[in-house]
Amino acid sequence: MAFDVAVLTFPGSNCDADLRWAVNNTPELSARAVWHKETDLGAPDAVLLPGGFSYGDYLRCGAIARFSPIMNAVMEFANSGGPVLGICNGFQVLTEAGLLPGALLSNRDQKFICETVVLGKEGKDTAFTKGLPETLRIPIAHHDGNFFADQDTLDRLEGEGQVLFRYLNAQGERQSGAAPNGSVHDIAGICNAAGNVVGMMPHPERASDPALGSADGRALFSALQGFLEAK
Amino acid sequence: MNARVFVNLKPGVLDPAAKAVQGGLHSMGFGEVQSLRLGKVIDLKLEDRPDAEERLKAMCEKLLANTVIESYRIEIGD
Repeated sequence: MAFDVAVLTFPGSNCDADLRWAVNNTPELSARAVWHKETDLGAPDAVLLPGGFSYGDYLRCGAIARFSPIMNAVMEFANSGGPVLGICNGFQVLTEAGLLPGALLSNRDQKFICETVVLGKEGKDTAFTKGLPETLRIPIAHHDGNFFADQDTLDRLEGEGQVLFRYLNAQGERQSGAAPNGSVHDIAGICNAAGNVVGMMPHPERASDPALGSADGRALFSALQGFLEAK
Repeated sequence: MNARVFVNLKPGVLDPAAKAVQGGLHSMGFGEVQSLRLGKVIDLKLEDRPDAEERLKAMCEKLLANTVIESYRIEIGD
C-alpha cells in the first residue's frame, strides 16, 4: 500500500498541484489534497505545506494561515514526530507557527526573485534530506525569503546541524553573501531540533522532471520514500 | 474603547524598504535623516472589558507582531 502524503491547500496556495504531482511521481507515495478548513488530517505518513500565498499574506507571510483550522492537526502531527515539509510559503507558515525557528523577511533588494540556484546540502539526516547529493539545482521564486534569526538561534542551528540547505555561488562553492535574497549565513533551508520538521525556500517540486530544467528536486521525495519504507 | 498598536522591526533586523525610503529622502536633500524605520499602525475598536490590556497583549504576541523580528507598543485611548 502506498504511503499517504497529505498536501495542504491554503487560499492562495499555487504550488499544491505541482507538489502533488511530484509526490505521485515518486514510487510508493500517494498525495492527498487537504483543504485548510479541515480540522482532521486523517492518518498521513507525511504532511507537506506548499508554496504560493496564503490569505493574501496580509500582516506577514504565513501569519494568518498559521491559524487555519487544519493547523492544529499539523502541530499535533509535528509534535508527535511526524515528518513535515514546508516549501516557500509553507516554510513561512511553519516559522509563524513556531514549528521552526527564525523568520523570513523581505528580500534584501526588495525584488521578487525567480531563478534556479545552486544549493549545498548539509546538516543532519532528515526524512527529506537523507542521501541527497551534496549540491542541487533547484529554483526559488519569492519576495520574502530572506531568512533571519538572532545570533543565539543561528549558533544553535549551525551547531546542531539544523542548517540543511545553503545557497552556494554559481560554481557550487560556499561564498559568504551567495544568497540572492540576503539570508543570514546564506541559509535556504532548516529543520527543527528533532529533525522531523523541515522548511526550505527553494521549490523541489519545480525541479522534479528533466523537462523542467532540473530533476534534482526529486531526491527529496525519494528520500521521503526511503524514510517511510525503512520505518 | 479604542486602541492603537505600533509594530516595527527590531533594531538590527534588515529593513530594506525603510532603507530605500531613507535613501530617497537623502537624494532629495534631507541629509539630516540618520535612521528611518517603516512600521505598521493598527487601530482597533474594542468592547470595554477589564482585561482588555492583557488581551491586546495576547493579540500582539500571537498574531499582530512576530516577536522574532518585531517589537510592538500598545496605546489605549478612550
